[in-house]
Amino acid sequence: MTYTKRFDGRQLDELRPIEARVGVVPRATGSALFKIGKTHAIAAVYGPRELYPQFLQDHQRGVLRCNYNMLAFSGAGERVRPGPSRRSKEISMVMEKALFPVLDMRAFPSTVIDVFVELIQTDAGTRCAAITAASLALADAGIPMKDLISSVAVGRIGNAIVLDVTKEEEDYEEGMADIPIAMSTRTGEITLLQDDGLLTKEELINALGLAKKGCEDIKRVQIQALKNKYKEEP
Amino acid sequence: MSILLIQEKTIVVPGEELAEGMDFLPGTDVIRDGEKLIATKVGIVTISGRLIKLIPLAGKYLPKRNDIVIGKVVGMGFSGWRVDIDWAFEANLALRDASTEFIEKTADLSQYYDFEDWIVCQITAVAAGGRLIDLTMKGPGLRKLGPGRIIKATPAKVPRIIGKQGSMITLIKEATGTKISVGQNGIVWLSGEDSSQELLALKAIEKIEAESHVSGLTDRIKAFLEGAHS
Repeated sequence: MTYTKRFDGRQLDELRPIEARVGVVPRATGSALFKIGKTHAIAAVYGPRELYPQFLQDHQRGVLRCNYNMLAFSGAGERVRPGPSRRSKEISMVMEKALFPVLDMRAFPSTVIDVFVELIQTDAGTRCAAITAASLALADAGIPMKDLISSVAVGRIGNAIVLDVTKEEEDYEEGMADIPIAMSTRTGEITLLQDDGLLTKEELINALGLAKKGCEDIKRVQIQALKNKYKEEP
Repeated sequence: MSILLIQEKTIVVPGEELAEGMDFLPGTDVIRDGEKLIATKVGIVTISGRLIKLIPLAGKYLPKRNDIVIGKVVGMGFSGWRVDIDWAFEANLALRDASTEFIEKTADLSQYYDFEDWIVCQITAVAAGGRLIDLTMKGPGLRKLGPGRIIKATPAKVPRIIGKQGSMITLIKEATGTKISVGQNGIVWLSGEDSSQELLALKAIEKIEAESHVSGLTDRIKAFLEGAHS
């Protein structure tokens, strides 16, 4: 059976409804809320601040430290165990690697910029939502960046290539592949590319094309969110 | 042929293309990527001749030499004080720069500046990429602050709080009868005889912070202060 009609009625190349807002955590240097469908991420940036333990300091540039966390009640009902897990540590690491290439940290050597992302509600695509929210929060914190990073997951469900996979689709019985992608759409550089599942070369090329389109749509929302903070409304 | 892709005074975000071609030069917070000039922060575009730069709207304070900042005394040693100036590293106030009067080596330093005291000081040196910062208390207006209120504003908005030749801050001081000190690091100290006037001054500063990017700010602040009086 082919997967032609999506569970939530979207087109194969359609994103879920997106909402973004910056400045949601007043005490943080920068912060953002990013919602894509039922996946909601809040990111807060603190710093630059002094980095301990000292041996982690880089005397040429600042260090980016990400912390990804899914709240205990955020999933589909099965309780997420609080605190760091193998999975959240991995995602924190890939977030750092996805965001670092666009940051210019030379202005604050020996310091750390902390990015905390909390997923308050999840329906797949959490690392992508986390990266997108973190990128907005970093821009809101005034950290110099070459571009915003936008991120979305594409996938193969049955034999269809679809954009922005949901949890229901991830659990599709007749096989699927899940590919989270993060990119700088200005330069076309991909900063995150993971794959869970089997794909042919043609399918991967199609998926990348679809992801680029999705990222461009997300970036428009990101830009609008940043500009909305400074809208003229005395 | 060089083309400007954006108008002056528009708000841009990181990654936004500002101009194309080699005739334009990148200023503060703008980088060149090939033929294009790219914004690296959220800010307002300023064009002066061939130079395109940004006035950032957000960001933490980066210490610079000669900046006058407000800090809190957080440490004391044999040779001076450690001061928190809202930056990643504590700044150092050496004994010889701490006062115009002579301080004995064995003197009780808390007589001069005690823990939790707020001081207005000037940065004399920034070294090791911001890790080592030297302060001085010798200079006009540099002093220990008395009782008052401390608020933290965005450092990027400090020029708007002060205004052209201090016009904005003078306006608030005169309208509320409150003493105000603003540090380049965004820390503001307020002290007034009348606490309701002090609060009004504080609200005016918060209003400046929230609306600093909208034109006609001085008039709105004036109206706000006058409206509170009538």
